[in-house]
Amino acid sequence: MTTGQPDAPHNAASITPYPDGPLIVRGDFEILSPDGIAIPAGRKTVALCRCGVSSIKPFCDGTHKLVKFRTEGD
Amino acid sequence: MTATMHTPATQGSNAVFPMTPRGPLSAELMALLSSAPDRDAAVGSLALSVESALAAAESITRDEDVQLSLFVLYGLHYGSLGAVSAEWEWQPALVAARSALERAFETELRATIVVPGLPEPTRDAVAQALSVLTSAESGPSLSRYVAAKATREQLGEFLIQRSVYTLREADPHSWAIPRLTGRAKAALVEIQTDEYGGGRVARMHSEIFATTMRSFGLESRYGHYLPEVPAITLASLNVMSMFGLNRRLRGAIVGHLAAFEMTSSIPNGLYARGFRRLGYGTEVTAYFDEHVAADAVHEQIAAHDLAGALAEDEPELLGDILFGAAACLVVDGWAGAHMLDAWSAGRSSLRAEQR
Repeated sequence: MTTGQPDAPHNAASITPYPDGPLIVRGDFEILSPDGIAIPAGRKTVALCRCGVSSIKPFCDGTHKLVKFRTEGD
Repeated sequence: MTATMHTPATQGSNAVFPMTPRGPLSAELMALLSSAPDRDAAVGSLALSVESALAAAESITRDEDVQLSLFVLYGLHYGSLGAVSAEWEWQPALVAARSALERAFETELRATIVVPGLPEPTRDAVAQALSVLTSAESGPSLSRYVAAKATREQLGEFLIQRSVYTLREADPHSWAIPRLTGRAKAALVEIQTDEYGGGRVARMHSEIFATTMRSFGLESRYGHYLPEVPAITLASLNVMSMFGLNRRLRGAIVGHLAAFEMTSSIPNGLYARGFRRLGYGTEVTAYFDEHVAADAVHEQIAAHDLAGALAEDEPELLGDILFGAAACLVVDGWAGAHMLDAWSAGRSSLRAEQR
């Protein structure tokens, strides 16, 4: 199910940090609030905010580009 | 807004097409397609009409007759012009006409559009080059205008202009799926699956947009507003159709999708803000809100796993990947500038003769 990645075990979740961008999550996963309430993902593959400035956290809204978020040296 | 519900009955093709011709070529084409399918029809005369239309066009990208003709010819393949017989799809004279128009259109685009220097054909270098290309400022912004200034009527025009593509959203890029292999194909399918709602019709982006149009008070049937849509808006979709339907241009359609996705999240947030500013609720803004989150995913996949991987796997496509990306930005920029220019001058961006 992953894209451009080595084969993962069936349905296992994978998390891929994209350069200067979000964490892309694929596979079988659940996103929970601190209270344990499920946050609907809305889609099979999601992007999680890594720069801290998204207005739709925990999801990415592309704003990392405006703040010139860089991940070099990760 | 009050939309024009009919077109003047100047041609006999009204029963088949929702719009009237815009010159001799589209008139001949629409008359032909309104008749019974005939394998041998118009082989000689259509070629001559194409030649004269191209010779008469000052700019192929902005010529109403040429762009409408291309749109009609692509409609044969999409099935988006419902009353035209599917028997016409591969009629030799029509295929020849489309190819001739495409060659001229492509030649003009390649002569006009500046493609940046090519990066190394590696996944990271190509993603980085696309990031630089899509981050460059290119003049006044349609999305900022919509967010802060657009009137109710201008928002309606914006939806009408967008609907030519968005009521068929994702279809032009889907032509590329069987033309790619391996990881580039997997990446494209991952994006398109989301575009098509992941198996849920109501989540298909084209369906969400149709809901937005109806909730705004517009008609959502495909083609309803075609008479009012100018050549530059048709050109924006025709570019995608040309890149998608020609296997030799598969690099360009991949680059086009990457640039499209990489310039989508932030503008869609601004579009949503513009509709909320005038009091519209989630039934109208859902489409734009959805694209903020969806395209933040798609842009990563498109830049790295689709365009970057394709450049690694088929380095000879690198130039076309960058050309397709630049073409997306330039042509969609022209379509956006057309709206901004009209509105700044206090005019409608839709075709005057239909208003």
